Amino acid sequence: MTRLPVAPKPPLRRFHQARWDEPIVFELSTPGSRGIGVPEVDPAIGATIGDDATLPAAIRRENPPALPELAQPQVLRHYVRLSQENLGADFNIDVGQGTCTMKYSPKVNEVVIRDPRLYDTHPCQDPATAQGTLEIVHRLERMLAEISGMDAVSVQPAAGSAAIWANVSMIRAYHASRGEGEQRDEIITTIFSHPSNAACAKTAGYKVITLHPDEHGYPDLAALRAALSDRTAALLITNPEDTGIYNPRIAEFVAAVHEVGGLACYDQANANGILGITRARDAGFDLCHFNLHKTFSTPHACGGPAAGACGVTEALEPFLPGPVVVRDDDGTYRLDADRPQSIGKVSPFYGVIPNIVRAYTWIMTMGAEGLREVAEIAALNNNYLAQKILQIPGASMGYPETDARIEQIRYTWQELTEQTGISTEQIGWRAADFGVHYWSSHHPFVIPEPFTLEPTESYSRGELDEYAAIIAEVAREAREDPETVRTAPHRSTVHLTGHEDFDDPARWAVTWRAYLRKYPGAGVRS
Amino acid sequence: MTITVGLLVNPVAGLGGAAGLAGSDGADVQRRAAQRGGVSHAAERATVALDGLRSMLSAHDAVLVVAPGVMGETIAAATGLDAAVLDVPVSTPTSAADTTRCATAFAAAGVDLMLFAGGDGTAADVARGCGERIPVLGIPSGVKMYSGCFAVNPRAAADIARHFLAGRAAASAVPTTEMVEVIDLDEDALRDGQVRPRLTASLRIPVAPTVQSRKAPTAANVAEQAAAVAAAAADLLADGVPTALGPGGTTQAVADRLGVPGTLLGVDVVRGGNCDGSDSAGGGRLLAEGASEPELYDWATRGPLRIMVSVIGGQGFLFGRGNQQFSPRVLGAVGAANIVILAPEAKLAALGGRPLLVDTGDADTDALLSGYRRILTGPGQWAVYRVGERTDQHSTDQHQGAI
Repeated sequence: MTRLPVAPKPPLRRFHQARWDEPIVFELSTPGSRGIGVPEVDPAIGATIGDDATLPAAIRRENPPALPELAQPQVLRHYVRLSQENLGADFNIDVGQGTCTMKYSPKVNEVVIRDPRLYDTHPCQDPATAQGTLEIVHRLERMLAEISGMDAVSVQPAAGSAAIWANVSMIRAYHASRGEGEQRDEIITTIFSHPSNAACAKTAGYKVITLHPDEHGYPDLAALRAALSDRTAALLITNPEDTGIYNPRIAEFVAAVHEVGGLACYDQANANGILGITRARDAGFDLCHFNLHKTFSTPHACGGPAAGACGVTEALEPFLPGPVVVRDDDGTYRLDADRPQSIGKVSPFYGVIPNIVRAYTWIMTMGAEGLREVAEIAALNNNYLAQKILQIPGASMGYPETDARIEQIRYTWQELTEQTGISTEQIGWRAADFGVHYWSSHHPFVIPEPFTLEPTESYSRGELDEYAAIIAEVAREAREDPETVRTAPHRSTVHLTGHEDFDDPARWAVTWRAYLRKYPGAGVRS
Repeated sequence: MTITVGLLVNPVAGLGGAAGLAGSDGADVQRRAAQRGGVSHAAERATVALDGLRSMLSAHDAVLVVAPGVMGETIAAATGLDAAVLDVPVSTPTSAADTTRCATAFAAAGVDLMLFAGGDGTAADVARGCGERIPVLGIPSGVKMYSGCFAVNPRAAADIARHFLAGRAAASAVPTTEMVEVIDLDEDALRDGQVRPRLTASLRIPVAPTVQSRKAPTAANVAEQAAAVAAAAADLLADGVPTALGPGGTTQAVADRLGVPGTLLGVDVVRGGNCDGSDSAGGGRLLAEGASEPELYDWATRGPLRIMVSVIGGQGFLFGRGNQQFSPRVLGAVGAANIVILAPEAKLAALGGRPLLVDTGDADTDALLSGYRRILTGPGQWAVYRVGERTDQHSTDQHQGAI
């Protein structure tokens, strides 16, 4: 029998992350280097307007900006190298960042947004010349209204949290319009809801009351009743929550809030498993929001730019961010800014148009039945992955006696940690050695040593098998070779770094200027 | 096989609690505590535990072995239970050495389980005597109970003991035990305002979900959260209502913020800043330092008084651990509405969903404090969390419609 001239591949891939030891771009600066050689002013033009009159004096800088000076190839190599030092969604089985819905962002949508009829428009041009763009905005809003059951939608917010902020602003404006703005100063949320709910309410000046779950992991209706009063402005709640547990009594929650005169606002950051199955309006909600970069496939980028959508009932429509895109009877689209009760703009211009177009394109390619299929496959994938993960000794689900999970699960390594001392963070660092991203959960860790997996509809069975095999291997190492896990990552761009540096604001340098100020001489390359 | 159960009571445990002395270790402190009207409840708590064991003892023909005199014998006699008495000399008044000597004798006798009533100091003395040779279980009766060897209350101690001994008697399932650390705080250092937890020994206890967990270590971010909670609490105090600050680091931080000296493990009555027009940071006044139970009752009955307490580490206790000055009559006079509970979110999360606990020794007071309560977790933020008995009364059938 003939044998292969090389050894067979091991069951897990022998990954090694690129490690370029790449300086930051400011350190690569060479004085005098240029990316583009700008031509001299044409003699005929120069003769007319003067040699150095390329810019009016009023907008000319007195000193040149302190930008790094590099030629094009150096810039290209620099950023390609940095991109190789990432575990990005385009080359890792990105199911480890639960709650973030890391689904595939179809590349064809990048082609669509580069159409010059879209790409070359300017937000300040006459709406009559941007009818196609406005039509897409309007149609996406109507589609999201259909998906959520709400009466009106705005896609102006530039991110998911911006949409939640807009919702909180509308809640405030609504109560103020009824003379109850001062009295209703409390917003209620739950500990497993999207943390942006508490954050946006707090930013808006509300007192925030957080409900803890009952012993089965469900939001606790009795706790809600204890928190409700005539000071309640609203309930901001996610469903399913970040545990993946769907609250089947959500309509009772909404009714209880309405009984005391509060508004109910549905955070739909976790909508991927309920698309086409449940609707915010059907549970009685007054407001809802979507993260278009989660459920509707626009890229997450690196913390943006994203896009969010707010949906409201007719009673709250006057408060929507403005101006809004309206369609007149003759089929033309225009921007209506004459809305006295509007909370005003929540982002520059009319939202992040490229992402609005991507989300629109995605919905159009999926169709109504396709959206429901997304939810069904996301839930199936989650169940499939769960069966794999729960076979790993030391891994279990938070609230194991509560079976039902939708599109994600918050698991726990409590048993493994008790037996080996290896924490969930350490498992994540070691997982990076196998080329996959892994996350624990938001703080505080209500479920001990947590990890949150959300496979979405985008990953194949083979990929889910591979991810589970990696996690199983790291768990095996935690028992048999804990030192390797404890000192991970070993095959990554950076080795284990000290956390204390991140905990000390005095040592932070979030800009080049701060870096030079805090660490004099550090920016000078020898 | 015959089951034998030991009982050892430290008759002066908890003496310094209601007297506001941050503990009862040492003869001198015990004398001062007695002068200040301090009373030990170790005997009553041991009686409650024995009552809970009564049916089990007779069903299995088990033998109860008790320490001599006030360290067990008189308590067993009062309950009418037959008991063998250890043949060990005990001094009058009793001392730490007596506890150690009795524990050694219980180990030599090879009892299946020894129950002891006391606090952290008693646990350390027990460990000195019997080490890990026999399973033991603490009936919580002391001022400080940071060690992991205590049941959450005397009835729970009986439940755990019953379950454990029944397993032994049946010999079908091997009853499991686990090692826990005995932790004691240096009481002299505490009176000087320093928390110096010492890991003094380890004990073997029956495994049960209701045993108090060792007080969780405080992480750096928890300390930051505690500072935020303290800031929020200090703001509440600006209304000028006299407030009794319970023991612990969080309430100490409130006192620090008000600029008043506080006793770390004692109860101080303070008035907030700002009420006399001064700045909100600082400007507070210390009205009573290290207040005893009678003093607090006096405050509570003379005018409005607020109580501000924090959650004790991984245990989740609000009342009945380290703050026995807040007796049922004091809590009754203050009223549930005037009790403010402080806790950083991380501390609540670390409870793993278990409710916060109250164990004042009076069922009506415990019921008054139970239910869903607001917990101040920082400036402008609260959690709604369950306070209650360790047994969950929450309905379990309400979620059967889950998909």
